[in-house]
Order: sequence, then C-alpha cells, then structure tokens
Amino acid sequence: MGMNITEKILARASKKDKVSPDDVVIANIDKVMIHDVSGPGVIKVFSEWEKKGKILNQIWDPNRVWISEDHFVPSSDRISANNIALLTDWSKKYNIKKHYKYGLGQYGICHTLSHEEGLILPGEIYVGGDSHTNTTGAMGALAVGLGHTDIAYVLMNGKIWFKVPETILFKIHGDKPEYIMAKDIILKIIGDIGTDGANYKAMQFSGEVVDKMSMEERLTLTNMTTEAGAKNGIIEPDEITLEYLKTRTDREFLPIKGDIEAEYTTTFTYNIESLDPIIAKPYSPENICAVGDIQGKEINKAYIGSCTGAKLEDLRMAAKILKGKKVKIRTEVLPAAQSIYLKAIKEGLITIFMEAGAVVGPPTCGACCGAHMGVLAKDEICISTTNRNFPGRMGHVESKTYLASPLVVAAAAVTGKITDPRNEMS
Amino acid sequence: MNTLKGKIHKYNQDNIDTDVIIPGPYLKIHDHKELGKHAMEGIDPNFSEKIREGDFLLTGKNFGCGSSREHAPIALHQVGIRAILSPSFARIFYRNAVDGGYLLPIEIEPNIIEKIADNDEIEIDLDSNSIKNSTTNEKYKIKPFPEIIAKIVKAGGLLYFKE
Repeated sequence: MGMNITEKILARASKKDKVSPDDVVIANIDKVMIHDVSGPGVIKVFSEWEKKGKILNQIWDPNRVWISEDHFVPSSDRISANNIALLTDWSKKYNIKKHYKYGLGQYGICHTLSHEEGLILPGEIYVGGDSHTNTTGAMGALAVGLGHTDIAYVLMNGKIWFKVPETILFKIHGDKPEYIMAKDIILKIIGDIGTDGANYKAMQFSGEVVDKMSMEERLTLTNMTTEAGAKNGIIEPDEITLEYLKTRTDREFLPIKGDIEAEYTTTFTYNIESLDPIIAKPYSPENICAVGDIQGKEINKAYIGSCTGAKLEDLRMAAKILKGKKVKIRTEVLPAAQSIYLKAIKEGLITIFMEAGAVVGPPTCGACCGAHMGVLAKDEICISTTNRNFPGRMGHVESKTYLASPLVVAAAAVTGKITDPRNEMS
Repeated sequence: MNTLKGKIHKYNQDNIDTDVIIPGPYLKIHDHKELGKHAMEGIDPNFSEKIREGDFLLTGKNFGCGSSREHAPIALHQVGIRAILSPSFARIFYRNAVDGGYLLPIEIEPNIIEKIADNDEIEIDLDSNSIKNSTTNEKYKIKPFPEIIAKIVKAGGLLYFKE
C-alpha cells in the first residue's frame, strides 16, 4: 500500500514514514501567506496574546512568510488604508522582506503571486490566510487555506495540526476542443460532485488533458477545488511544472510524486472531447448547465478578473474574442498581477480591451468579493471569470452572477447576452 | 462546562455560505462588536437583534462554505451564538470555529432537523454526546468530536492547546 502525493507531503512534513487518511499529524510548515484581510486578524490575535503577558519579539521564521496587499487595494477607504498601514508596520517589526505592496513594483492577488513569483515549490507545504490558497497546489505543493488564528499559531510555532484527507482522483481524458478551458472542466466537476462533494478531502487531477495543460490552466483547476469544499487541490509536478519554475526561481527543491500503488478514495473519469462550454448560474458554483442551454439571456456586465480568471492566458483568450469588436455591456478587465498586466500591455492585449470599450483596472480582489471597484447593484446581472456566485458575493444580495471561462465572458461582453463562444470565434 | 443550554434559531437551508454570514464589504473590519452587528445580514437582516447570549443555530448541511474569513464565526460568537447544529460544516469554518474558540460546530443526523423547531429550548451534553429537547422532551444523538477537536475545545482554542 503506497501513498499519494498529498499523503507523502504530509508524511515528510510530520517526519513520519507513513500516514493514512484520518490520521492527525502535526506538520512543519514551509511557507505562510497573509494579506490585507487575514493580516489584520493575525495582528489582532498577536496583540491580544501580548496583553496576556506573552512576549512576541519575533516570529518563527520571517524568511518563510510573505505578505500580499490585494483585497482592498488601491485602498478603498480610510479603514482599508489603515489596514495597509498596520500591515506595513507589522512586517517591518517582524522583519518580513517579501511584502508585495501596490505601487511599489510587483504586486497582485496573493494566489497569482504564489506561482508568478515562484514562491511555492513542488513538495512544499504552504498555508495561506485565504480559502483559495488551494490554487497553488497545481505546483505540486500541498496548499491549504486557514483562518487567521491558525495562521497566527503557525507564525508562533512553525507547525500546525492536520487531518490527513482522503483523496479523490479526477482523470481527464480526450482531445480538448479549443473552445474548452480549464474553467469549463472544473465547473463541470463541481456541478457533478456539488459544493460539499470534496469537503475535508483532497482533489487530485491527472490524465492526458492535464498532462498537456499549461501551468496557468492547471491553476484554474486547483483554484476552484475550494468551491467543492476541498482541503486542497493538487497536480503531480512534471516537465511543465519545472519549465514554468525555471524562469521564476533558482531555489532547489525535491519534487514529490505519489507511489504507483497509491490509493484514492474515489476515482472519477471524464472524457471532455464532446464537453460543451459550461456556465454556473446564480446562486451556486454547482448550479451548472451548458452555455447553449441559456443562450440569449440578457446580462448587464462582464467581469474579467481574479486569481481564477485574469492570468495571462485568460486575458489572451478573452482578447481573441474581443479583438476588433465593441463591447455591448459594461466590461471590466483587471489583470491578476502587475507582471501579468505588463505582459498584457506588451502583447497588445490591453489595447484590444480598451479599443473594444472595456475599462482596464489595477490588480485587486475588489469586485470578486463585492468589496470595491465594480460592485453590483440590486438586480444587476454579471457574467464573470471569478469563482463564486453566492447571494451578495459581488455586491447587492439580489444581484446575480454567472460564472464562466474568459472565452464565454468575452463572448457575452460582445453580444450583451449569454453566448456560446463558438459563435464569436473566428 | 460540558452542558450548554440555549434556544434554537432555525435556518433550514443547505450551504449557508460565508458571503451571507458576513458579507465581503465587512472583511476590512476587525472590531468584533462591529462584525456582530452584521452577522447573517445576507440571510436575515434582523438576526443580531433576535439572538441572546448562549443561543444556538440549527441549519442545513455544509454550513459556512466559501471563504476562510474568520469574521464568520467571530460575528456569530459576538451576537451570542455558542453552538451550531448541522449535518455538516465546511472545513475552514469548522476549523476556525474550534481553533479560535468561538463556538461549537455540532454534527447531527439530517433527520433531526425536522424534529427541532424554531425557539425550542435544548440542552447539549458533550459527555454523553446527546441533545435533550426541553420543549418536546425528546433526546437525540450527536456525532462525538474527533479526539484532536475535543482537546482543542477543552483548551478553549488552538492557542491554549498543548500537544
């Protein structure tokens, strides 16, 4: 009986020869991330701990911690500005060098920086104060989202408890049609297993479709494992992973793969050759149908943004459809990181978006979580490349969000209606 | 402190997510009292006025799905909620509730939801892993906490827990 990749990483991190699902282990952590929402929570836990007479002059390892300013940036009001200032003082106090600040070079959505900057390496165990930390599992790491008390505990102790999850294996086969993106595949999976279909479990992706997939597309698969309740999403590292990291880091690492005889609780096999573009209707990512089934439904706004749907390839796919056309509805494009924004400018993508009439904004989690910069009004209907569409997620509790791939969202931007992207692809 | 007594507030919906428990715009707020005022705002705008210290929630499955925001259990704790009864919880919400020492996530059999009514007075007994419904005089089983969770609950949160 062997171990799969998630089990092997947990065994290494807890210095055990073997772990099995449901074992509780104390794992040593390799990397920690906080941002401008979880960070102030951590700081509050620290200050209350100090009020109790504990001394916290240093954290466990400042070199393993990084900070992202992403949710309420550029500062949306005085409260968020204060949070950024608080975070700045705190990172200085604890000597944290990797603090990605907006307006000071590279910055962006934390999950995008995690891969774009090569911050997390295959085989590592990484915890972040954000639920979409799962994203980074596409690098072959164990990436898990935690709340701010848990993160504070890790910052004090360098380790934390985990229950070893059961793993569900998804084998994706077939020749991928050009109008199908990773977003369609993961929406289809969430539709099949439900928003609690992988609760407490690991979701691992394999099969020739995944083998051929670019790193950025793989990251879309793992990003939305959160929406199925998964503890983590993961893909075994391969040549594509190593190639992606080559230009991003010179740190050495030892990739971990599962044993050949590894066990999985359940295996799902998909053939996507005849998969139609998928859309998730309000108010749940599991509420899916083929785009064609609701084609023609009128909408008010298209949003291309977030860690899920504003990576460079997402922008390229949207540009493919928007090139030389005009948008019929309000369209917002927010690249997920400064580096991606710059690459999109150099490739001419931003010109395409702006000539089409879209507004292009700075990297921020902003409208994805209904915080600022594009919040929805009552009854407003949005089609979005983001990850969640719960009531009130992107604004008013009676606004509506449809989730889809950048191709589907761009096609809707052009027609003002839900549109199969095949109709708009030349 | 192995028995808790309180009144039930029933929200019999599955997948009550963190966006309705504490909507996104409040994520920048870290004052617990202020967060409490907005608890469950996306589902019941009058929620915070209805709750008294020590009350319980009874909900459908997968309570707390969505974001890792610890604001969610903090807001519920702040208005007075001390335990939530549900067939299942989303993992980060469960972990935050226990590790932060805010409230008890109590797992129940799905068929118990219809046996408990809004405003019923109940008593949760963590020693015998059971609930007594003082309004109807019925008794139900609850799922025992896994060992690690029981220890963290006893310690009052992860920061006070010794391995």
